[in-house]
Amino acid sequence: MLERVGAALIAVLSWIGDVALWGVRALRDAFLPPYEFGEIARHVFEIGWRSTPLIATSGMAIGVVLSMHTRASLERFGAEAMIPAGLAIALIRETGPLVTALLVAGRVGAGIGAELGAMKVTEQIDALEAVAVDSFKYLAVTRIVACILAMPLLTTITNFFGILGGWIAEFTISGMTYRLYFNRAFSLIEFQDFVPATIKTAVFGLIIGTVASYLGFTTTQGTEGVGRTSTRSVVLSSIMIIVTNVVLVKLIFFIYPERA
Amino acid sequence: MDDTAIRLEGVTKAFGGRKVLDDVTLDVRRKSGFCLLGRSGTGKSVTLKHIIGLMHPDRGRVLVEGRDVTVLGRRELAEVRRRMGFLFQNAALFDSITVGENVAFPMRRHTDSNDKTIRESARAKLADVGLENEYDKMPADLSGGMKKRAALARAMALDPDILLVDEPSAGLDPITSDEIDDLLVDLKKRGTTIVMVTHDIPSARHVADDLAFLHEGKVIARGTAEELERSEHDLVRAFMRSEGAG
Repeated sequence: MLERVGAALIAVLSWIGDVALWGVRALRDAFLPPYEFGEIARHVFEIGWRSTPLIATSGMAIGVVLSMHTRASLERFGAEAMIPAGLAIALIRETGPLVTALLVAGRVGAGIGAELGAMKVTEQIDALEAVAVDSFKYLAVTRIVACILAMPLLTTITNFFGILGGWIAEFTISGMTYRLYFNRAFSLIEFQDFVPATIKTAVFGLIIGTVASYLGFTTTQGTEGVGRTSTRSVVLSSIMIIVTNVVLVKLIFFIYPERA
Repeated sequence: MDDTAIRLEGVTKAFGGRKVLDDVTLDVRRKSGFCLLGRSGTGKSVTLKHIIGLMHPDRGRVLVEGRDVTVLGRRELAEVRRRMGFLFQNAALFDSITVGENVAFPMRRHTDSNDKTIRESARAKLADVGLENEYDKMPADLSGGMKKRAALARAMALDPDILLVDEPSAGLDPITSDEIDDLLVDLKKRGTTIVMVTHDIPSARHVADDLAFLHEGKVIARGTAEELERSEHDLVRAFMRSEGAG
């Protein structure tokens, strides 16, 4: 029994090690020529722009819900005026990056995993190699870099629509003007609030791109394997995002103790 | 100057304990047609993938134009591959771009030609395989045989010195199959080394100057079509008498 648990643990750690090496190699190769700017731009469009409706809608809904919950708590203490600031801090520091990452993991992670998995089982990745193209760089690095670039942009959209949703909820209940709402929302926000959050979203982008592309490149067993890769891309990148978030929050508190 | 384009030296490859190639040694002369024959699952496609460096042997060396592709770095291997074309057994066209762009893709990556020139060249390659009107179609809209021909056009895109073709006539009607064979013979006459894997014996006779028969991971017969017909192995003689699966 103990042996089996040990073997499973080693297998998991080995897998995490392989994925980490895949990500490190991607980051290194991103800075080496030839640079695939065209492909990166195409993927930023695919990953970023095409995710915008999902991200904006979700951000808005989260803003409305957070505002309602915050109001329920704060009005007991007569602190309704703090609702915009509380909502903005919660969104920018934590909720925005995490929710965006999980949504992107679902939409983009599954897509990358399935697309690369299908290319793998139909030998299209081998065909790229056969025409003397570095398939890792062309397919994996471009997607990973695109995820890293797109995530901060998408998180900004989530935050914006979240705060907008919060205002809509607040306007409906209290008739607060948007000018007053946004003034209050950003009254406690400083530039330093954006720095760790942006770094965090870029790390989440790295995780999504790395996990999905690694699973895509290692897909086996035909179309069934492609389906499995797609599901695993979402599940594993979501788990890794949530776990990494804990580590990053601790790290941010260590580097910026005033944020604690 | 050495006349050998490709040389396999003691190549051994096993999958899950099963030896697919067992100490295989063979060489292919420059500007010749070489054909690998054998029953299904005897390692013919695996041999081609070793030549282009998509697979690495457990043991042995694979020399292409004198360079051992098993030990080359990515950049050096890419240089070797640029001088080779590979037709995959299942075509392996890039399904997210058009047929024409599949053919144009290697040119866009490895030449400085402008878009107009590349498109014209790609159309010419497609015309060589009878697909000049299919440039803007997606691979999913083509039949199996048309995909194969489009993939052959892509393999020829950079006018390679060595062309590796895996089952070029599979899924083609007899007339188109003959046309593809004629095209391969024409390429050979123009100086391209052709390495072909096929079950189609008439096609092998037409294209190849030299044939090898793989069985249970070993080359059991080697020579011209006439020599293989007189082989001491019943299996080889029976194979050569058949018309093949095509």
